[in-house]
Amino acid sequence: MSQFILHKENTRGHANHGWLNAHHSFSFANYYNPERMHFGVLRVLNDDLIDGGMGFGSHPHDNMEIITIPLAGAIAHKDSMGSSAIIKYGEIQVMSAGTGVSHSEYNANADEQLNLLQIWLFPNRKNVTPRYDQQSIDVAASHNNFQQILSPNADDAGVWIHQDAWFSLGNFDEGFETEYKIKKAGNGVYAFVISGEVTINGQVLSKRDGLGVWDTDSISFKANTAGAEVLLMDVPMELN
Amino acid sequence: MQTTILYIGRDTEITVVMNRLLNARPEWKGICVCTDEEAAEICETQQINLVLLGNGIDAECEKALRTKLTELRPGLKIIQHYGGGSGLLYGEIMTAIS
Repeated sequence: MSQFILHKENTRGHANHGWLNAHHSFSFANYYNPERMHFGVLRVLNDDLIDGGMGFGSHPHDNMEIITIPLAGAIAHKDSMGSSAIIKYGEIQVMSAGTGVSHSEYNANADEQLNLLQIWLFPNRKNVTPRYDQQSIDVAASHNNFQQILSPNADDAGVWIHQDAWFSLGNFDEGFETEYKIKKAGNGVYAFVISGEVTINGQVLSKRDGLGVWDTDSISFKANTAGAEVLLMDVPMELN
Repeated sequence: MQTTILYIGRDTEITVVMNRLLNARPEWKGICVCTDEEAAEICETQQINLVLLGNGIDAECEKALRTKLTELRPGLKIIQHYGGGSGLLYGEIMTAIS
């Protein structure tokens, strides 16, 4: 029998720092909710709005798989591995922090707000060599299709990470129905609605709602509105 | 009452950041070191409430550290700190001490 947890948009943690307006699906920084610590290895899902030209100065990370998906605008990234890049809407960035890396992230545009999702997964191996990658997402291929944008395999579609996790992104026409099969036994799926309204396993979800489902091998999906956009995070439920 | 937290990690830069973060809250006292020897010495001489294992500690060292520190302070809580910064720190510590 499948189990689920529903996180409505307005129950997320919220921190408004002026230049940064952040919503946290799970406990992060000063937002602490013991009921919202993680979904399997998914530990952080932040929905950040960053003012033009503003951002996070150089700061360190270790032992975490950090995935960034811009929803609007562009990020200027620099790190201690020598990577320097702009990541814009339609791209995905991944950083394996491993033994330790420092990076900065700024809104690359002075006059445009940046909206990004930042997602942290616990790694399946500690103290790996830090690495960085970014790729373009074929937006057309995600029309009425959960297109894979992340996996554990370097030779598979999308970026890869040190975890048995698969991310898929789709945007859907109203009324489109499909089923998503979980990639690995023991994994669950956390669905995050970027826009529109959808129904997953009978639960109606609106913009920025999240639904975690586990103890199942698939989920049913229906788009209730045109242009519904959903990110599926298929992750191990057991912490390593 | 102040909670005294010992952080052990191999990366000097992260250790400096952790020292700043842990000592920024009046309810916490942070002591941050890079070597297992320093960690053992501090555990021996100071009342530590919680140990955070940071980056770069391999499995063998982690096992030896856990054994040594709990010999010195039976019942000492030792947890893994992930992320190397402020994002997860508060939640990890609150979960461990609550």
